[in-house]
Amino acid sequence: MRVHAVSEQAVQVEFGRDIDEALIPVIARAVEAIRAELGSVIIDLIPSYTTLLCFYDYNQVDSQRMVREITRILSAIYAGGTGSIGGRLVEIPVWYDLSVGYDLGALAQQKSLSITEIIELHSAREYQVFAIGFNPGFGFLGALDERIATPRHSTPRRQVPQGSVGIADAQTAVYPMASPGGWNIIGRTPRVMFDPSGRSGQAALLSVGDRVRFIPISRSEFIEQGGQPDA
Amino acid sequence: MPELVVLHPGWQSTIQDAGRSGYFRQGLSEGGALDEHAFRWANKLLDNEPNAACIEILLGKFEAKFTADAVIAVTGADMAVTMNGQVLSHWSSHSVQRGDVIRFGQAHSGLRTYLGIAGGWQTPRQFGSRTVVMRENLGGLDGGPLKQGDRLAFKAGESPARRAVPAALRPDYQTPLTVKVMPGYQYEHFGVIARRTFETSEYIVSNDINRMGYKLTGPPVSADTRKLASEGIAHGAIQIPPDGQPIVLLKDRQTIGGYPKIGCVASLDCARLSQRSPGSPIRFEFTDVDRIQAERRLFDRFFNYSHWVDDSRQIAWP
Repeated sequence: MRVHAVSEQAVQVEFGRDIDEALIPVIARAVEAIRAELGSVIIDLIPSYTTLLCFYDYNQVDSQRMVREITRILSAIYAGGTGSIGGRLVEIPVWYDLSVGYDLGALAQQKSLSITEIIELHSAREYQVFAIGFNPGFGFLGALDERIATPRHSTPRRQVPQGSVGIADAQTAVYPMASPGGWNIIGRTPRVMFDPSGRSGQAALLSVGDRVRFIPISRSEFIEQGGQPDA
Repeated sequence: MPELVVLHPGWQSTIQDAGRSGYFRQGLSEGGALDEHAFRWANKLLDNEPNAACIEILLGKFEAKFTADAVIAVTGADMAVTMNGQVLSHWSSHSVQRGDVIRFGQAHSGLRTYLGIAGGWQTPRQFGSRTVVMRENLGGLDGGPLKQGDRLAFKAGESPARRAVPAALRPDYQTPLTVKVMPGYQYEHFGVIARRTFETSEYIVSNDINRMGYKLTGPPVSADTRKLASEGIAHGAIQIPPDGQPIVLLKDRQTIGGYPKIGCVASLDCARLSQRSPGSPIRFEFTDVDRIQAERRLFDRFFNYSHWVDDSRQIAWP
């Protein structure tokens, strides 16, 4: 573990070198502990894969003090043993269909699997949220079953519809809003991943440390739950 | 409600305040005025709260009409501003009458001008801020830059004294800029030659610049090619992509990214950088966090606590 200042506004914690699912609960716990102990000076925290970036109010504390405080809090976490914190389970219904899963057919062919097998492999696992970024509420989930892992398109699509569920390498994600994107699209969810009205403080459905399971649904369930098929 | 009616939006004019705070974790960019110095002065001239919304006008050609009397301030890039054809002095506040038409010419020093109004522009807040982040379609009137016919509300009856920023405190955006850099992130993974190249060479602002970041061109900085997990990105982070040409990440940057970073530019130098046009020379100077924090605290203290005295001709430190 390494704690160091990266800017006048932020201190970064590195928990490890390589992406490792076991790091996520530790990082999630660090987020809670830092918020609980240093809440009055912490402005924001960005957990991501192997690191945690802590933004603080430099008008209240200086960099050295921040590094010291965060190191102290983390030592206590490590001393207490990592234990197991489960993280919240979020279920995301997905209509896996060729009409909205533009790459489902090609993926099945390329992997010599049936579409049913792809759906089973994608929805069988519980995934961890490694990071939120790229767009508001966009969660990077992993790790996928190797049998359906596939690189992103070399040329991104100009517009991927809101709710599209994609695969890139060993990760999967839902596009919270329509945007350009290079992930392989296999289905679509009716669930709102990001609420731009911002009425509740939590606009993004997912947070780092949450666990996610995809639930296959039919076209009629998709429509019933407010999903938008292509025109 | 008194309004400003946009007659011509110019290249890109957006509503900006101090930006969103506390939403990085949900993947939202902070956004906010790129040149914090000029932005803070616009509000200081008007006795506004420090993060009242201004219009950030990129390159000029903005034109608009007031439907009521008001007091406005113009700071930042020099764009030859006129009111009903009469030249308006720069870095100053001015009275405006109902029906007046303000026109911004083309920027000839700097890139971004701030148009503030007493009380601030009254667009809705999203996630605690009026700032427009175009990529996220958030803020302003519709998440995008201003368009012809847009109407921006402002508060009636605000009438602070007319003022000007003391000449000695107005920056010259055409002087060569050296930005202070804190080594950090993957600094230690860069070799000695890469670090020396970076801190001794002159870089040039490229045409590839926007509110997300500034790409510079110059002697390539060879980066470590080790695969890096995406990590949180601080304001001013200097990304070194495989071509070795540095990119300084600014207010509309994405919250996480996976390119190696050699350090972070001081926030006040990011503000200075945001006024430099393509072709401007830039140098990097490594320094430590204490010096950068000291400079930034002084800046915040000045804008948060100084006040106007002597009939508004002078400004006093707290």
